[in-house]
Amino acid sequence: MTDLTELGIADIRSGVAAGTFTAVEVAEAFNAAVAAAQPALNAFIVTTPEAALAAARKVDTARAAGQPLGKLAGVPIGMKDLFATKGVQTTAASRILEGFTPEYESTVSQNLWNAGAGMLGKLNLDQFAMGSSNETSAFGNVISPWRRPGDTAPLAPGGSSGGSSAAIAARLCPAATGTDTGGSIRQPAAFTGIAGIKPTYGRCSRWGVVAFASSLDQAGPMARSVQDCAIMLEAMAGFDPKDSTSLNLPVPAWEAGLNPSMAGKKVGIPREYRLDGMDPDVARSWDDGIAWLKDAGAEIVEISLPHTRYALPTYYIIAPAEASSNLARYDGVRYGLRDLPDGAGLQDMYAATRAAGFGPEVKRRIMIGTYVLSAGFYDAYYTQAQKVRTLIARDFELAFQHCDVILAPTAPTAAFALGEKSDDPLAMYLNDVFSVPASLAGLPAMSVPAGLDRQGLPLGLQVIGRAFDEQGVLNAGLALEQRAGFTAKPAKWW
Amino acid sequence: MTNSAYRIQGATGEWEVVIGLEVHAQVVSKSKLFSGASATFGAEPNAQVSLVDAAMPGMLPVPNMECIRQAVRTGLAIDAQINAWSRFDRKNYFYADLPQGYQISQLYHPLVGEGHIDISLDDKNPEAAVKRIGIERIHVEQDAGKLMHDQHPTMSYVDLNRSGVALMEIVSRPDMRSPAEAGAYLRKLRAILRYVGSCDGNMEEGSMRADVNVSVRKPGEPFGTRTETKNVNSVRFVMQAIEHEASRQVDVLESGGKVVQETRLFDPDTGTTRSMRSKEDAHDYRYFPDPDLLPLVLEASFIEACRASLPELPDAKRQRYETALGLTPYVAGVLTAEVETARWFEALLAETATKQGKGEEAVAKQAANWLTSELFGALNRLGRSLEDSPVSPAQAAELLALVADGTISGTIAKQVFEKMLETGDGAAAIVEREGLKQESDTGAIEAVVAKVLADNADKVEQYKAGKEALFGFFVGQTMKAMQGKANPQVVNDLLKQALG
Repeated sequence: MTDLTELGIADIRSGVAAGTFTAVEVAEAFNAAVAAAQPALNAFIVTTPEAALAAARKVDTARAAGQPLGKLAGVPIGMKDLFATKGVQTTAASRILEGFTPEYESTVSQNLWNAGAGMLGKLNLDQFAMGSSNETSAFGNVISPWRRPGDTAPLAPGGSSGGSSAAIAARLCPAATGTDTGGSIRQPAAFTGIAGIKPTYGRCSRWGVVAFASSLDQAGPMARSVQDCAIMLEAMAGFDPKDSTSLNLPVPAWEAGLNPSMAGKKVGIPREYRLDGMDPDVARSWDDGIAWLKDAGAEIVEISLPHTRYALPTYYIIAPAEASSNLARYDGVRYGLRDLPDGAGLQDMYAATRAAGFGPEVKRRIMIGTYVLSAGFYDAYYTQAQKVRTLIARDFELAFQHCDVILAPTAPTAAFALGEKSDDPLAMYLNDVFSVPASLAGLPAMSVPAGLDRQGLPLGLQVIGRAFDEQGVLNAGLALEQRAGFTAKPAKWW
Repeated sequence: MTNSAYRIQGATGEWEVVIGLEVHAQVVSKSKLFSGASATFGAEPNAQVSLVDAAMPGMLPVPNMECIRQAVRTGLAIDAQINAWSRFDRKNYFYADLPQGYQISQLYHPLVGEGHIDISLDDKNPEAAVKRIGIERIHVEQDAGKLMHDQHPTMSYVDLNRSGVALMEIVSRPDMRSPAEAGAYLRKLRAILRYVGSCDGNMEEGSMRADVNVSVRKPGEPFGTRTETKNVNSVRFVMQAIEHEASRQVDVLESGGKVVQETRLFDPDTGTTRSMRSKEDAHDYRYFPDPDLLPLVLEASFIEACRASLPELPDAKRQRYETALGLTPYVAGVLTAEVETARWFEALLAETATKQGKGEEAVAKQAANWLTSELFGALNRLGRSLEDSPVSPAQAAELLALVADGTISGTIAKQVFEKMLETGDGAAAIVEREGLKQESDTGAIEAVVAKVLADNADKVEQYKAGKEALFGFFVGQTMKAMQGKANPQVVNDLLKQALG
C-alpha cells in the first residue's frame, strides 16, 4: 500500500472519493507521522489527532451515504497557530496567549472545515508571526527537516510560517495554512522545498486571525504542489462581511483554470532585484526559472521597480507601527497572561504582564512601532513610509503595463542554520528583501521549489502577479514546477 | 448679541472669557459603532459585549452604517459640510476600560466639517439677540467601558457594555464669551440632536457630556492659554465650571502667574475645577489610520437620503409658527425649544383645527396660549413632564372646542381642566355632569342684569356720573349671580345696553 503521507491534497481527495482508502486511514497516517516527528521537529504547538479523526469520520460517513464531498474532503491539514480555533488553544506562539482557548473559529479555518478538511494540530510559528526563522516562538523553535549533507546542525524552516513549512516538507501534513505579512508564506516555502501562495490582500478574511500588521497580513495555503495550493486557496478565500478589508469578489475556479502554457504571456525580470553580491546559486536558479518560462512560451522582458530598495525600511516602519497598536490588547485585563505583582496598580500590571508575555523580537517591534508613531516622528517615519508604499505599488502598476507576471527569487539564500542570524536583527530582516515589495503592494505572490543549492538545500522562485490575478501566478508557478521537476525531499532523520 | 458683554472685573481691569465646547453625544442606534452588540442603556454589566467589543484576538471592526447615517443627519442639521470621504484613526492609550488599547476615532479626516448653530440669549424675543456659534467638525468614535471601584476591596471591575458604543464628538469654535452663551449653545445643540433623533440628549445618563475649553484675555488681545475641563454632564455644571475656571485663571494671571495648559476635572459638589494632568503628562496618542478599516466613502444618494429624512428643525419651525400661525416670537420660541413640546403642540393644533372645523392658523393662538399657560402651569404644579401629561392633545382639543363654540367660558374652562386632571374624564362629560354649560340665552341674562342694576342703584348713579370703572363691578355681579356660566360677551353687551 502507498504511504499515504506522501500524498498531496489532490491525490488524497481523489483516493477518498474513489474509495481507494478512507479519510480515517489518511488521518491516522498523518496523526502517526505528527506524533513521531513532534519531539524532533517541534512543528506543532498542540496536536489535535481527535479533531483530524472526527473530520475524517464525517467525510467517510458522507461518502458512504452518497453525499457530495467538499473540495478538501478527507484532507487533514495543519493550522498555523495564528488562526483562532474554537475550543483549541490559540497562542500566536506567545506566552501572553498561552492557555487562551477561543470561543470562536476564524473565517478561514471554518471555510476549510466546511470544505471537508480536518485539523492535525496548531502549527508553531514565529511569535505573533514576527520573524523569518521560527526562533522567536515562545514554544521552542521549529527544526527544519532539511539538513546540509553530512551535517546535523539544525536549520531554520523559515518564518514566520515555519511550523507549516517544516510539517509539509517532513510529510506530517499534506498542506497547511500560512499567513504572509512580509514573506511569511513564501520564504519558509522556499526554505523547505514546498509551494505557497499569498493571494491578493483581501482574498482571505482576516477575521479570527491574530493580527500582526493589518494592512499587510494575508492568509494563504502552503502545500507541495501548485495544484494543491490552488485547491486549498479556493476553499480558504471568499468575501467576509466581518472583515472590512475583505474583497467582495467571487472566488475564481483556480484549480479548473490551471494552465501551464505561458504562450502569449510576458514575464518581467526586475533589474533592481539583481543585487550586488547575490548568492550565485540563487542567481543561477533565477536564470533557470527564466529559461523554464521561456520554454513554456513566455516572452521575457526586463522591467524596473525603481523603489525596491526602499521596500525593506518602509516595511519595517509600517508593520511595527501597526503591530504596536494591534498588540496593545494583550494587557492582562480580559484574557491571556496576567502578571499582577503584590500591591501592583494598573500600570504595574501592564508592565509586568507585557514584560513577561512578549518575547524580545515582539518587544523590539512594539518599541519601533511606538517610536515611529510618536509625536514629532510620525511624519518623518510613518507618513513618509506610507508615501513610499504608494510609490512601490505604483512601480508594480507601471511594470504590469509591460508584463503579466514578475519572476524573482523568493529569498536571498537557502535556509540558514538556527542561531546564525538570531542575534543580528538587521541580517534577519534582509531575508525579506524579495518578498516584502509584493506585500506592500498587496499583490498575489507565490513561491515554488526550483531546485537545490550547492549545499543540497532547496531554493524557491517567486512569481508576483497583478492584483486579483492569482490565476496568472498559479499558472506561471505550474509552468515552473513542471520544468523544475523538483522531487527532492529531506532524508528522514527524526 | 446683547451689548452688556460678560466681563470679569479683575484688579487690573476687565477680562473677557473665551469658551469652546467639545460635546460627546451618544448616537441613537440599536447596535454599537463597530459591532452588532446592543447599545441600550442599563443592562447588567457585561451583558452587551461582543467579541469585537472585548477586543478578542483576531476580531475586526465593521462600521455600523446606522451610526454613520445619524452623524451625517446631525451634520446636515447644523448646516455643515459632509465629507463624502472620511477615515477612521486609532487613538492609542492604555486603560482598563479600553479593551483594544486604542479608541477608533477620526482625527485627520472627520465625517462632518464646518457648520454652525445660532443661539438666542433673549427668551422674550428669540430673534432679537442671535449669535452664530461655529462648529469646527463632528467626528464619530467609540465610547470606552466603565470601571467599577466599589465591587471588591482591592480590585476594580470593568463593565464593557458601553465599550464601542458610537459617539459623535461635536467640536465648537472658541466662539462663546459667557457662561450664558455656553448654556444657550448646549441647550440649542441638545434640542437639535433631539429633533434629529440622533442623540437622546440625556445628560444624567451620560449620553451627552461636554469638555469645556476656557481661556481669558483682556478684551481685544489674542487668545490666552486654555484649560480643558473634562466630562461635565449638565448645562448648569458647564456654566459653573466656566465661571469658576475663568475667575481662577484671572486670579492666576493677576497674581503674576501663568495659566498652565492642562486637563481639569469639575467637582459638582463644590462647583470648582481641579487639575487632572498637565500638558507634560499628556498622552502621546500616536494617532494613525486604522488599518482594519477602509476609508468611509459616502455616495451622494446616501447623503441626500439623510437630508430627506431630516425633520423641520427648531429655527425653521419657530419662524413658521410666527409667520404662518401668527404666534409671537416668545411663544413660538417656547413651543419649539424642545422637540416634545413642538410635537405636542402640533398634535393639539391638528386636533383643535379638526374639532372646530377651522384652519390651523385660526386656532393656533388659542392652542398655543392654552398649552404655554394652562398645561405648562399644571405640569409644573404636578411635577410632571409633557411626555407623561395626564391630558392628551385630543382631550385638550375637546376642551378648547367647548370654549370656542361658547359652550363654556374661559374661566369655566380652567375649572373643567382641573377636573380633567383630577379624574381623567373628558371635558364635555365634565361640563355636562357638573352643569357648567355657559348661559348665552339673552332673556335669562337680561333678567339677572336687570336685578343686579336694581339692587345697586347707587352704583348705577355713580357710573352714569362718570365712574366708568364700575362697569367691571356690574359684570362681576352678573357673572356671580349666574355662577360664572353666563357668556361674558353677552353679559357685556346687555350691560352696555342697559346702562345706556
